[in-house]
Amino acid sequence: MGIVIKMPALSPTMEEGTLAKWLVKEGDEVKSGDILAEIETDKATMEFEAVDEGKIGKIMIAEGTEGVKVGTVIAEMAGEGGEEAAPAPKAEAPKAEAASAPKKAESGTSKLASDVKASVQDPAIPEGTEFVKTTVREALRDAMAEEMRKDERVFVMGEEVAEYQGAYKVTQGLLDEFGDKRVIDTPITEYGFAGIGTGAAMGGLRPIVEFMTFNFAMQAIDHIINSAAKTNYMSGGQMRCPIVFRGPNGAASRVGAQHSQNYGPWYAAVPGLIVIAPYDAADAKGLLKAAIRSTDPVVFLENELLYGRSFDVPKLDDYVLPIGKARIMRAGKDVTLVSYSIGVGLALEAAETLAGEGIDAEVIDLRTLRPLDTATVLESLKKTNRLVVVEEGWPTCSIASEIAAVVMEQGFDDLDAPVLRVTNEDVPLPYAANLEKAALIDASRVVAAAKKVCYK
Amino acid sequence: MAKPTTPRPSRATAKAAAPAAGADHNRPRPQTPTDYKASKDELLEFYRQMVLIRRFEEKAGQLYGLGLIGGFCHLYIGQEAVAVGIQSALKPGKDSVITGYRDHGHMLAYGIDPNVIMAELTGREAGISRGKGGSMHMFSVEHKFFGGHGIVGAQVSLGAGLGFAHKYNGDGGVCVAYFGDGAANQGQVYESFNMAELWKLPIIFVIENNQYAMGTSVNRSSAEDQLYRRGESFRIPGLQVNGMDVLAVRGATEEALKWVQEGNGPILLEMKTYRYRGHSMSDPAKYRSREEVQAMRDKSDPIEGVKKYLIEAGVSEDDIKVIDQDIRKTVAEAADFAETSPEPELSELYTDVLVEQY
Repeated sequence: MGIVIKMPALSPTMEEGTLAKWLVKEGDEVKSGDILAEIETDKATMEFEAVDEGKIGKIMIAEGTEGVKVGTVIAEMAGEGGEEAAPAPKAEAPKAEAASAPKKAESGTSKLASDVKASVQDPAIPEGTEFVKTTVREALRDAMAEEMRKDERVFVMGEEVAEYQGAYKVTQGLLDEFGDKRVIDTPITEYGFAGIGTGAAMGGLRPIVEFMTFNFAMQAIDHIINSAAKTNYMSGGQMRCPIVFRGPNGAASRVGAQHSQNYGPWYAAVPGLIVIAPYDAADAKGLLKAAIRSTDPVVFLENELLYGRSFDVPKLDDYVLPIGKARIMRAGKDVTLVSYSIGVGLALEAAETLAGEGIDAEVIDLRTLRPLDTATVLESLKKTNRLVVVEEGWPTCSIASEIAAVVMEQGFDDLDAPVLRVTNEDVPLPYAANLEKAALIDASRVVAAAKKVCYK
Repeated sequence: MAKPTTPRPSRATAKAAAPAAGADHNRPRPQTPTDYKASKDELLEFYRQMVLIRRFEEKAGQLYGLGLIGGFCHLYIGQEAVAVGIQSALKPGKDSVITGYRDHGHMLAYGIDPNVIMAELTGREAGISRGKGGSMHMFSVEHKFFGGHGIVGAQVSLGAGLGFAHKYNGDGGVCVAYFGDGAANQGQVYESFNMAELWKLPIIFVIENNQYAMGTSVNRSSAEDQLYRRGESFRIPGLQVNGMDVLAVRGATEEALKWVQEGNGPILLEMKTYRYRGHSMSDPAKYRSREEVQAMRDKSDPIEGVKKYLIEAGVSEDDIKVIDQDIRKTVAEAADFAETSPEPELSELYTDVLVEQY
């Protein structure tokens, strides 16, 4: 049996082409790699090589023919020495069973919402549990230390994390306890060590990669997104990447535009990542422990201005919080204030002021930005019918935009006023004290927005 | 040996660099490798694997031409001796391998089933990534084959991470990170070199220098075109190897493994090789002459090279033909499997985004 030679597709988009020139004639012996013909596409002239050995039988399409459709038989070839040649492949791909059509998600966000397990709750804190005043900084360190004691595979790497004890002292004391095998100072080389951490996670370890700030992770974002986030999917669920990328995020104080940026919306846009941005010390501890234990890659966004603040942390042996679960920080009935990270403090402050003016605000801390706990937000909206999102970050394509869209899609009938966003100004963060202050959110802007949606 | 790169004219800067190199003269260096002395059985196995890669890739090209394979498809034809020579020296399940997007050959050289590789190329459920990865994104954790990465140079940092894990676990394994002459100009390669040497990671960096980064030749893109020297400023020794000769490749790999396993840290192998086909299937390859390609096929073909060794070892033409026919059958079956396997269920769209439920 002979082999048919078909018009090849020489690019992913080619549908037809011109058979410009035959370089063989009928009766020629060819071997694999010989150029059979030149074919012109709309982009280029390509050489078409033989893949099998044999003799050219009949040439069916003459040279100079234009508009030859891909897959048209252009020649026949006799196989070598009577050897049975492989049958020409069937060009039609069998289709998957139509019966197995997936449940169509209404939109990307509703699919995200359904990813959240409804039953997950914060662990119960037993009666009489002691609460200890702890800074966010210490809480993060305690979380890492506890997980490192539990699991030999956990290690922390980053700039100044070991001998210097952490640029912001978050890793203080870890080198003394765990030694330089597990607490590793890196050179200033974010792209490189993010890749090394990601590779180590693929190789079975559980790295915590500290970025001195997330601004510097811009140099490493390729590994966070292309290497870490997509691996499990691209490998059909075969290759895991359990890694935590953590460090301070958002505006600090007077450090100017390049050191002041909230990456929450950036990472929260990426399927395959978990994104956490805690506010207080208990959440910082409980969520970082959960992040380290997660089999998925986690971006853990801290805030420099919160590091030194103290909060009550329950004194429990193993305080782990659920990922993907928002928390109601203050119950109220008139308006819902949704926020995360440092914005939660401002929302709570605004709620106090509003209470003095007769407006009872409910404050929700999202805690996890991906997957987003939209159920808790929508449930609150049912009660208050008014919603303001408070975000220390830019307004465009923000978490606030996302919440507004979700509320419109899924909670439209519950709204008695448009959703308002209280965000930073849409400018790079300036240095001058007065300009910086003007660019960043504060409690008074939250109060004003809340009053506006309450029509007061 | 592959087409030599043009020697650089001596310049003042080159001369100035010489004493610095001399000052380092006493630094221990790996020995000059010798060609591997392969037994007849080993030679037969090298031949079988290389022919398998060649025929598999030809078939992949054919299926691409028929529209059964989509997107990008980078063939390994011409470079077979590199993957086969290196991976034959590794211990499967102990050592790890990572590479870029031209990955079919490395997977075949690791004994991964051609059926599931071809089925991945055609985007089918039976593919090694269940049809969700494609040509550039294939993995086999079982074989410690860690991909299959589409971003040029990313696998070098990731490979350093795999080397880090070997050292951390003290498992005695070595990582081989392959990359091309194009990737050799990426910044993260040098970030990784620095940390790999600083931390003495057990890793062999392999530059598969096929002489063209897409359409740009090494000479047009690289200030130091002798790529084996690229590790020198990090104190990583480099060896230049004839990547068209499987025994030279294997011999250099043995020396590299010895160097790394003795705790000396990383080593760099520059494999001078050549790809016969375009960069990807949609490359008309106008940046080089047909004569150049043909000369390489005629004079340096790695498979013809092994064939010669086999005949010298007393293997008959008929015995070789039996292997050839066997491989053709294997590849035809793989193609058939890849064409007849069903596409993934549409519900697969939503699986494997995350491992856990939250």
